[in-house]
Amino acid sequence: MQWDWTFVAEIMPTLLQGLKLTLLITLLSAIVAAALGLVFAIARRSRNPLVARPVSFVIEFIRGTPLLVQLYFIFYVLPDVGILLPPLVAGVIGMGLHYATYTAEVYRAGIENVPKGQWEAARATNLTTRQTWVHVIVPQAVPPMIPALANYLIAMFKETPLLSAITVLELMNQAKSVANSSYRYIEPMTMVGVFFLGMSLVSVVMLRWLEHRFGRLGK
Amino acid sequence: MADWSGYLNLILQGALVTAQLTVYGSILALAAAFLAGLGRLSQWRAIRWLSTIYIEFFRGTSIYVQLFWAYFVLPFMGISLSPMAAGIMALGLNVGAYAAEVVRGAILSVPRDQYEATTALNLTRFQRMRHVILPQALPLMLPTFGNNAIELLKATAVVSLISLTDMTFQAQIVRAQTGNTLIPFAMILILYFAMALIISASMRLLERRMTRGLDGVR
Repeated sequence: MQWDWTFVAEIMPTLLQGLKLTLLITLLSAIVAAALGLVFAIARRSRNPLVARPVSFVIEFIRGTPLLVQLYFIFYVLPDVGILLPPLVAGVIGMGLHYATYTAEVYRAGIENVPKGQWEAARATNLTTRQTWVHVIVPQAVPPMIPALANYLIAMFKETPLLSAITVLELMNQAKSVANSSYRYIEPMTMVGVFFLGMSLVSVVMLRWLEHRFGRLGK
Repeated sequence: MADWSGYLNLILQGALVTAQLTVYGSILALAAAFLAGLGRLSQWRAIRWLSTIYIEFFRGTSIYVQLFWAYFVLPFMGISLSPMAAGIMALGLNVGAYAAEVVRGAILSVPRDQYEATTALNLTRFQRMRHVILPQALPLMLPTFGNNAIELLKATAVVSLISLTDMTFQAQIVRAQTGNTLIPFAMILILYFAMALIISASMRLLERRMTRGLDGVR
């Protein structure tokens, strides 16, 4: 079978449509992961073991099981208890939840990265808890987190094809449907690979820049 | 309810396939990681470039795309792989690319004076790697290798989409035949988690064994 450029041109609009949805999913899931990760990180730091322990277990459990199965769980099991989610929402929740357990680690490392002396200095200058966080800890903790968080953003982008398994029509699913209806696999599958490779090469360059600009955690 | 033992059996058979994929995939990943990781530190530019291309390619595209490519596109090029072989290949090469960076980082983190000492002792390049650098670099790699192995275990779920009868695939079959969703999916989630726990526990054990006798060095 030969590579056919006219076929590539023919399927391009469909693939680009899928790419658009892929980017949207990545963005939405990233927002969920960033917010939920913060909740996880704070809950895990809680002094109440009744909060910290179960949250730690939930984080470990989510990290130890495949995203695909978690997506199936949200998509197939929740409707049985009356929660019916459209595929896109189920996918965003599943992916956001999965990556929140990773971003929680980033937040934790970022906060622990702030030297103890800063906490003590804040106390010595009689700052309130709120002032300590807003003016001392967060400004120092956040910049080194940014490259690490961006890294997970890229990872999420690469995981979006999994959502095709729960019928979301993103890039991979568009390519599969094109391939199945025309019996040509080379072009769609290769183009998907090229799209992903291109996007991630661009994002690697951006990541290097972010690391250069904000520094790295734990280095 | 009597056939639940049959369905249970089906899922356990899937667990065996998942375990097989994880073990064989890890072996391939380990080999690829050392080849590419050492390749990036080679003195020949061609080998350095080849390793970099391999690493960037497999880290740049997702495991899912690679798997589909191996299963659907390679046959058109005359390379027909069974689902199992395609799965092991995609998983091993993908995780191997991530682990290669771990190998490289760990080797680079061995202090410079160790290299100078081997030059002073007139060791060959091979002797230096085998007896001085690797024994110190390996314990540094192990914790991340453990995480990589768990990532590989999690990625095996994807092979169910190329009709390989792993745990996730079998759970789908049970769902389709019984209409029950909670039991199969909750069960495989727990099984996956148990496997991840086994991996991290055995990695800790291995780490303790590897670092034996290195106390004075670090």
